[in-house]
Amino acid sequence: MNNILNQIGIENYIFLSVILFCIGVFGVLYRRNAIIVFMSIEIMLNAVSLLFVAFSTYHQDAEGQVFVFFSMAVAAAEVAVGLAILVSIFRNVGSITIDNLKNLKG
Amino acid sequence: MINIPDFANASAVQIIFCVLAFITLLTAFLTIYSRNPIHSAIYLVICFFSIAGHYFLLNAQFLAIVHIIVYSGAIMILFLFTIMLMNLNEKKEVHRPRITRLGAIVSFVLISLILIAIFINSKPIVGEYTSTGEDYQSIKVLGKVLLNEYMVPFEFASVLLLVAMIGSVLLSKKEKLEK
Repeated sequence: MNNILNQIGIENYIFLSVILFCIGVFGVLYRRNAIIVFMSIEIMLNAVSLLFVAFSTYHQDAEGQVFVFFSMAVAAAEVAVGLAILVSIFRNVGSITIDNLKNLKG
Repeated sequence: MINIPDFANASAVQIIFCVLAFITLLTAFLTIYSRNPIHSAIYLVICFFSIAGHYFLLNAQFLAIVHIIVYSGAIMILFLFTIMLMNLNEKKEVHRPRITRLGAIVSFVLISLILIAIFINSKPIVGEYTSTGEDYQSIKVLGKVLLNEYMVPFEFASVLLLVAMIGSVLLSKKEKLEK
């Protein structure tokens, strides 16, 4: 298992995570449902951490994985707070389509 | 350049990588594409499991386990409970105007093209990947790195999680009507 990058190549991991990140961007732009937008943000985060792990293997350094660990903690906190905000928005407004939330538009 | 492994004499690892990558991309796309939010959540779970499979393939066992526990366990349960609380129907969602969707598709294609064009010409500096056989990603080593060099950020992560917990409880509490 220790010559995995010889067999697959770091480029394929780069392209995989690039396409995954672009799918996340597409989801943020395409959907109106705020929960799906959140899921797309999670997909983008995962694409980046996949690249972190691949390069951590490439450089044989544990620090990339430590960084992914911290970003997972931050993602968990972010999802908890974000979903709480969504629930309270749903309670006040009645829907979570993001086009309705333009009170700050002026 | 992209060197797609040829399937005629592909090794088992390459086949596993291709299947996992296909599952990851397909389920990520279906997450965005499917109308029903619950289906999206289920597809997202599959996507996260396949990313954990990628971590296993890269021999990062600790991260794979933590990824399954945190993402597929905690975060997806949060998503599913929120969807259940909101009682969303697929009929409720009105679609965006056509011009916005077209813009989203065009920008998706452009971003992918630009990023792939950037990385297709990037040559790795280190050259060939050589394995020194040094242990750098087992749980033992990761724990030592995490608790020696990254002790302070580790403690701050716990503070962050505490603050997130209190904040989400405060935010989702029902406000009393002041009259």
